Amino acid sequence: MSRFLRKHAWVSGLAALLVVLLIVTKLIQPSFGASGLESIARAALPFAFATAGMAVVVIVGGIDLSVASMMAVCAVTAAVLMERMAGIPALMIVLSLGLAMGLINGALIVLTRVPDIVVTLAMLFVWEGAALLILESPGGATADWLEHAIRGSFVFDGLPKALLVIALGIAIIWLPIRRTKLGLSIYATGSDERAAFRSGVAVGRTKIAAYAVCGLFCAMGGLSLAALTGIGEPVPGPYLMASVAAVVLGGVVLGGGKGGLLGPIIAVFILRIIRTILTLLAVDPNVTTIIEGTIMVAVVMLGTAASLRGARR
Amino acid sequence: MSAQNTDTPLTRFGRYLRDNPIIPLLVFLFLMIALLEVLRPGIVMPIRAGRDGLISSFWVGNLIKFAIPLAMLAACQVLTMLTAGIDLSVGVVATVSAFVCATLSAVWGVAPAVFVALAAALAVGVVNGIGVGLVRVHPLIMTLGTGLIATGCLQVYQRLVINAGTHIPEFLAWLGTGRTAGMPNGLIVFVPFALFILWLMRYTGFGRLLFALGSNEHAAKLSGVRAWQVYLALYVLSSLIAALAGLLYLGMIRQTSLSLANPLLLPSVAAAVIGGTSIFGGRGSYAGAIVGALILRVLDTMLTLLQMPEGARTALFGLIILAVTALYVRITGTR
Repeated sequence: MSRFLRKHAWVSGLAALLVVLLIVTKLIQPSFGASGLESIARAALPFAFATAGMAVVVIVGGIDLSVASMMAVCAVTAAVLMERMAGIPALMIVLSLGLAMGLINGALIVLTRVPDIVVTLAMLFVWEGAALLILESPGGATADWLEHAIRGSFVFDGLPKALLVIALGIAIIWLPIRRTKLGLSIYATGSDERAAFRSGVAVGRTKIAAYAVCGLFCAMGGLSLAALTGIGEPVPGPYLMASVAAVVLGGVVLGGGKGGLLGPIIAVFILRIIRTILTLLAVDPNVTTIIEGTIMVAVVMLGTAASLRGARR
Repeated sequence: MSAQNTDTPLTRFGRYLRDNPIIPLLVFLFLMIALLEVLRPGIVMPIRAGRDGLISSFWVGNLIKFAIPLAMLAACQVLTMLTAGIDLSVGVVATVSAFVCATLSAVWGVAPAVFVALAAALAVGVVNGIGVGLVRVHPLIMTLGTGLIATGCLQVYQRLVINAGTHIPEFLAWLGTGRTAGMPNGLIVFVPFALFILWLMRYTGFGRLLFALGSNEHAAKLSGVRAWQVYLALYVLSSLIAALAGLLYLGMIRQTSLSLANPLLLPSVAAAVIGGTSIFGGRGSYAGAIVGALILRVLDTMLTLLQMPEGARTALFGLIILAVTALYVRITGTR
């Protein structure tokens, strides 16, 4: 047990913080219970998927600034398609669209040799434009079952369906990758690209694969966005900063090679619960946005300072 | 100079273009204007459509007028890109300064309003500078974050002043919309501003420090440059320029909104990149960025004529940035 704790000190600390925050919430609002938990899990859905995607590319040593735009593209595509055709094929199309967008991002980075941050900044605007082209103003409709899939609880009251969707979605994609050669390559490329290349890792292909996985997670994020609102919204939401902050808070080092997906996902819930607490304290929602933004910037600043200190050592 | 002979002609041509980006850019600008004239005869040369005048001074004036705020924001990008940074908060800072100025002018009068607007920009610049210079956060993430916080602050502020009404200072409106001898009055601000930036980059120690930090930060630090001071000054300067551009834009649009200058952000990056400023630092020219801003405005007119939807325009700007950067990487062989 103590070995487990030492090995996963950061994640355990985050989990403890999460529990503390839940208790604080309960103290502020004694009626906080299963339904409150359910609404937090539901609101966390798009953030969790954006963060999962961001975490994968940060682990490979890159960063993807276009996550929010890709989610917007997937959300509007889902809303447009589901208005016209059956749900399951539409779902498949949206998922493959996300995968394709991620592949394009990764391929551009590898082929043009332009740094990740520049390519994905440019693609941020390309995907944003694409979303506007697909649907000029919010509209479309989503299938009812999609909304039912994330609303309410599963089996018993304390287990929100949204939480189950997050866990299943991420586990189905990430665990097989983590256990195979690709996962090892992703971590190797992230910790030292040159050493990985010399050890025979196909660095370029690994990067492209990581960005493709990010795209796939963004597609899930876009789908959950569409399911949450019931329509497609072409303007990207605040998911970029939130996902970077959650990734850093979750113990993934900017620069790559370290960390997993569990930490960032817990971090997402921590950031969401902080928002809930602020709302319960009757803080003006606009002020909440400022506080949240400040927390995110502070987290990124602290994370960068910590990783710099680690690099100097 | 025997080493030069080993380079391929393409590399040498690339180096020539890199050193003098202004020449091909001007050629490109005139080609674009010619293409525009072909698309819509008479828009640039009224004489071909049977009206008076060889060159439409109205059209040229309009082109310059709308290129000025863009070129000013491009200055922020050029300066920060010299140190391999970028300032993504300029759109929000310009919006904040315009909004603060317009709302406070109605309450306190013009001079304090302008002062507070600049102070707000100064605050954002200081936070950016501390984050980039001292904590060493990547400028892109840092300025994106401060931009988000500033937007939040603007929304809170808007609810406080919602009843006060707005007032556009007369001199800003005069600068933004007035014309003297066919040319927009904005040039009265912009020409000294551009000369100042060109002087700053070329003839001052600060400019040289920017180039030095962007070319090789490690070497610059070993030579005794206190990098964080330079970054702090740089990001403060960038925010102040953005605020100035926002005030000018306010006079031009004569309306306030919570996203007034935000759409100018991406074109400002594009203008700097087109103008030959490397996003990787150490290389850039403001003259090129000004021509880049003019090119983007002509392109914008063209896309409007072709009735291109908003989304296609956004996507196109993104592709331009990517293509030009990839081209630079390919030609110069550096990252």
